[in-house]
Amino acid sequence: MTQSSQASAAPAPGPLDPTKRNWILTTAAVGGAGAAAVAVPFVSTFQPSERAKAAGAAVEVDISALKPGEKLTVEWRGKPVWIIKRTPEQLESLKKTESQLADPKSERNPDELTPAYARNAARSIKPEVLVAVGICSHLGCSPVDKFQTGAQPSLPDDWTGGFLCPCHGSTFDMAGRVFKNKPAPDNLEVPPHMYLSESKLVIGEDKKA
Amino acid sequence: MAEFKEISSDAPVGAKLMNWVDNRFPATKMFKEHLSEYYAPKNLNIWYMFGSLSLLVLVIQIVTGIFLTMNYKPDAAVAFGSVEYIMRDVPWGWLIRYMHSTGASAFFIVVYLHMFRGLIYGSYRKPRELIWVFGCAIFLALMAEAFMGYLLPWGQMSYWGAQVIVNLFAAIPFIGPDLALLIRGDYVVGDATLNRFFAFHVIAVPLVLLGLVVAHIIALHEVGSNNPDGVEIKATKDANGKPLDGIAFHPFYTVHDIFGVSVFLLVFSAVVFFAPEAGGYFLEYNNFIPADPLKTPAHIAPVWYFTPFYSMLRAITSEMMYVLVLCVVVAAALGVFKGQMAGLFKAAVLGGTVVVVAMMLSIDAKFWGVVVMGGAVIILFFLPWLDNSPVKSIRYRPSWHKWLYGIFVINFLVLGYLGIKPPSPMNERVSQIGTLFYFGFFLLMPWWSRIGSFKSVPDRVTFAAH
Repeated sequence: MTQSSQASAAPAPGPLDPTKRNWILTTAAVGGAGAAAVAVPFVSTFQPSERAKAAGAAVEVDISALKPGEKLTVEWRGKPVWIIKRTPEQLESLKKTESQLADPKSERNPDELTPAYARNAARSIKPEVLVAVGICSHLGCSPVDKFQTGAQPSLPDDWTGGFLCPCHGSTFDMAGRVFKNKPAPDNLEVPPHMYLSESKLVIGEDKKA
Repeated sequence: MAEFKEISSDAPVGAKLMNWVDNRFPATKMFKEHLSEYYAPKNLNIWYMFGSLSLLVLVIQIVTGIFLTMNYKPDAAVAFGSVEYIMRDVPWGWLIRYMHSTGASAFFIVVYLHMFRGLIYGSYRKPRELIWVFGCAIFLALMAEAFMGYLLPWGQMSYWGAQVIVNLFAAIPFIGPDLALLIRGDYVVGDATLNRFFAFHVIAVPLVLLGLVVAHIIALHEVGSNNPDGVEIKATKDANGKPLDGIAFHPFYTVHDIFGVSVFLLVFSAVVFFAPEAGGYFLEYNNFIPADPLKTPAHIAPVWYFTPFYSMLRAITSEMMYVLVLCVVVAAALGVFKGQMAGLFKAAVLGGTVVVVAMMLSIDAKFWGVVVMGGAVIILFFLPWLDNSPVKSIRYRPSWHKWLYGIFVINFLVLGYLGIKPPSPMNERVSQIGTLFYFGFFLLMPWWSRIGSFKSVPDRVTFAAH
């Protein structure tokens, strides 16, 4: 108290010493840079760990028991992957839906969503077997099966079979292609996959890799 | 720095002890400044209870939260089981857990009412802008706290709710996917996500929240409370410099608040003991099913307190974008033709409009949905600078303002209701109109808040002794 009252009574300070000011600025800048550098390791811990990165191994599936019109779900990288054996009627429906789709030819982000061997009318290697990641391209919910055709709640009256996302109502046809004017911008992802034999499927790997 | 105060040696022991403390820590000084000599307007009504009630709920959440962490395990393999363990095997664990889950909803109820009070009485107007800004930051922190806490039980709604919200960040152009990856710490919501959300929920966000609450109260006590008349009580003081319309907070308002606390605890306990799930609104039924990354529940909706904002997110479809583009173009045209500004500035407005419209048409509607949802909260921060009405309180505003505020509340409730319903074309249209109204209310406020015949504000507060 006594010291500060003396200080306030002291004569006004002399002219600024620019060298002192420069040193203060330099110290603050270097200190700030140091603090920013320390933030790097902290933020880096938010990245997927080495273990999480290694967990994406390919999955082998036996589809010999899969009958037409049935769906099998397997887990790959923590995501549901659907394997659906489509009936001839379901394959036929893909032609009818074409005009109502946002991206019927899978031209959006083809490198991420549709491997070259699935860029065809049925989005698959074998026409009847669809392999797709069951995660909606909108906000990541898993769409539910709506294989039954015709009018039903939340679906158009001329429904020809496909999938409905319960979260925000996006609809997809039997090839996982998204309908127009829905929240989801993209078709369902076709993961890299290949056949080891007639009924053995590997998901997560293809011949290219 | 205060002078060292001596006290006579025959003073009572209590007085000596207090003197000893006061010479080392300003206990008495702080008690006087913030309670016994803190003058609050004497006409505060029931709306003013929700501030102290939010503080009470904050304490309930912290205390019950600490006890829950003693038995909860933030591990995707055992998290769901550990919550069931708390519910079934830990003595009285169910009570602590229900207090915490009911407290979350109670927090939002009292905070929404507290914010509404500020809205109608103009409590955010000069010189209380920073109180309001700190308050909005508290609301934001509270939403983060609630969202991350909701993941911890690791039920179906926890999992898929987090999946949807984290994917919102992925909608941001360029950096989005990497940002979402950084938040999850894995390619899907998983153990890493659960563990870090636990850390944020139990320590990081609560620390921020407490700091903001302190700032909110310091700012409040610096300028003093507003009141239902919007009259500055500091403008009329008595000979001792005390506001004539003020009354010491303690004991007058402490006793009032104790009454409010009693009523609140009565209702709170009734919910905790008799309806802790509140019909699926406080605890959603699907969350009693363990998280399954392969299957989304047939209907997912956020907890009720997020639903108005969630509705606005869902309202932004590619069709709605054309309406929004039209709004931007009309606003820019009005600004250019009616606004009084330099030609260069007008050119900048036009250029900015072209850029914004181009972005609105080229970036997915999904991203703009995220912008709208975030904007609905962020816009609240600017309220002090949007309101141009000559009076603070709704009491002295034109009668049609009351109707407008009424419609605003109904609109907010309707949006909230639609947010818990499954998507349908009808609901989509209604929520789109609701979203336009919500933003119109705030963005057009600088103009509409000036229109109409305002009543004259009295010099002194209206108060009848009881």
